[in-house]
Amino acid sequence: MRWIWIDRFLTFESGKSARAVKNLSLAEDHFREHFPGYPVMPASLMLEGLAQTGGILVGEANQFREKVVLAKVPYARFLQEAFAGDQLIYDVEILLLRMEGASVKGKITVDGVLIAEAEIFFAHLDRSRSRQLFGDHNFVFSGELKHLLGLAKVAAKSSQDASAP
Amino acid sequence: MPSQEEIYTKVSETLVEALNVDEDEIKPSATLQGDLGAESIDFLDIVFRLEREFGIKIPRGELFPESIFQGDPDLIQDGKVTHKGLDELRTKMPFADFTGFEKNPEVNAISDLFTVDMIARYIQAKLNGTLPPPSDN
Repeated sequence: MRWIWIDRFLTFESGKSARAVKNLSLAEDHFREHFPGYPVMPASLMLEGLAQTGGILVGEANQFREKVVLAKVPYARFLQEAFAGDQLIYDVEILLLRMEGASVKGKITVDGVLIAEAEIFFAHLDRSRSRQLFGDHNFVFSGELKHLLGLAKVAAKSSQDASAP
Repeated sequence: MPSQEEIYTKVSETLVEALNVDEDEIKPSATLQGDLGAESIDFLDIVFRLEREFGIKIPRGELFPESIFQGDPDLIQDGKVTHKGLDELRTKMPFADFTGFEKNPEVNAISDLFTVDMIARYIQAKLNGTLPPPSDN
């Protein structure tokens, strides 16, 4: 299963904010069990989409040198269910970015209606310690996520180009 | 410059948000770990929130010194902090209240120094500019 819960970045402002889109399809596995006869997207996966949008935003701010891991969700609120056919817009902005980690604020809207909001706190896995555990390989930004990163960079560049006079 | 009371109120609000505790659980003497259930990652979250709330920069290890001793036998012996260790702690955390800790300076009790009041006093000292210069900790 591909663990990617956003489809594409729409805008990407390095070190500041990002907007991503997720189109929900009834073909997605989670709808089978959650729930039989009443398929709604699990709130945890909505949060995962926000975390991926925010995680890539935070990772890009440090040129993906840091291993960005989700450390804590201090606050999350889910206001409405998300159904197959919905288009979820993930908006994330960086509240604070530091050497040790970052915190972001995010919201999810469908057709302009707020359906969820959360604050997410990322830690930069201590480089010296993580090297002992995992070696030099950056296991966070690898494989499929890395591909998204490439797309994120393209989005960043195109939004820069678009804002250029 | 905010008053002592304003600082305390803001610190309390910060802790309510960071630790998801009720406001009435926050007392000056409440310990972050023991009474309010803070875990290691919460300390970083608290630091981030205080920076935002007060518009200050908190260098790593200044408010919550990490691994102060790292097993240095001059500073720790038989699970207790030595006189030298206590002096070191006092220098690094002039804003902490050592009254209870001095009587039984067990290493495990260091976390009890981290109280709501300690954070408020740290912020006060930080805003007044009376903190010692950062060490190489």
